[in-house]
Amino acid sequence: MATLHTVNKSPFATQTLLSCLGHAKAGDTVLMIEDGVYGATSNTGLADAMVGMGGAVTLAVLAPDLKARGIDEGRLLSGVKTVDYAGFVELAATHDRTQNWL
Amino acid sequence: MTDGVKKFLYVNRKAPYGTIYALESLEVVLIGAAFDQDVSLAFLDDGVFQLVKSQDTKEIGVKNFSPTFRALGDYEVTKLFVEQESLDERGLTADDLQEIMWEDEDEDYVEKPSIRIISRTEMADVMADQDVILSF
Amino acid sequence: MKFGIVVSEGPYTHQASDTAYHFVTAALAAGHEVPRVFFYHDGVNVGTRLSIPPQDERNIQEQWSALAAEHGTDLVICIAAAQRRGLLDQKEADRQGKDASNIAEGFRISGLGQLIEMGIDTDRLMTFGD
Repeated sequence: MATLHTVNKSPFATQTLLSCLGHAKAGDTVLMIEDGVYGATSNTGLADAMVGMGGAVTLAVLAPDLKARGIDEGRLLSGVKTVDYAGFVELAATHDRTQNWL
Repeated sequence: MTDGVKKFLYVNRKAPYGTIYALESLEVVLIGAAFDQDVSLAFLDDGVFQLVKSQDTKEIGVKNFSPTFRALGDYEVTKLFVEQESLDERGLTADDLQEIMWEDEDEDYVEKPSIRIISRTEMADVMADQDVILSF
Repeated sequence: MKFGIVVSEGPYTHQASDTAYHFVTAALAAGHEVPRVFFYHDGVNVGTRLSIPPQDERNIQEQWSALAAEHGTDLVICIAAAQRRGLLDQKEADRQGKDASNIAEGFRISGLGQLIEMGIDTDRLMTFGD
């Protein structure tokens, strides 16, 4: 019974991503969208926390939002999946519920 | 989901008055109560501030909606989950929160508290148990 | 799969409405159903017919109206949130004694019950907001 979580804010601006990761359970997916995609980049002050807290969940980013912000996929934390809008829909359909962290 | 009844969770993470989300979320809860679903409210992060007692909004000129929480019991909304860690991080204790009660008709209408203070881990379990999660 | 969609922020200021629109378009293309989109908080402002975005930018309201026309999606604007923010259909304008209405084609104003019903009747409820 897995949950798809979405986070749409930069973790440098709000606590939302960390709160989401603090509540996600093993087997869940956390999808970063809109300004949330900044949370998926490597070499940041949060990268260790992301890797540590993100261990049991699948981390994903919405690729169109990365491209819009000029973030090359090579800059992502290792293990982060990229999806497009079709992939976003697929994630929502294959998880049992969605929790959108606002 | 059993018998066409879904578990609805209303997630509150924002402080009151600086934005309208707390108030308009409560308005959904009140309307939603008429639909006989299994309703819970979650208060975490800054959402715990919504339940702090003694709110006096006269000088900011906006309506104090905090008394509405005390009416939730009459609407059969009796599960207000408040996260312990969120309280701790903000220097709050149970004593800082409003007293919100409901009457259990199965136990001779004895009054019971609607606020259930739970750990972050328990909150994660509550969330994972829901059918529909509404965030504001 | 039936998706219920909530848009809870206004057009242009937040990306919420755009992300919701792209999600819905992709869901429909994949053969899923999106019977209703519910607009709440500042999301009600997506339903104004008076917006004039720059020519080289997308017109958010027109995108939604066209989607509703093509797919029959029910675009519902919450009456309580709409009244606060001045989004009216002609019936509401007449009822409340206002001298104009501003709702766009394809949108309708209704109560919060429509949001709860959507949660009950769909398989997945998604909220796009702040």
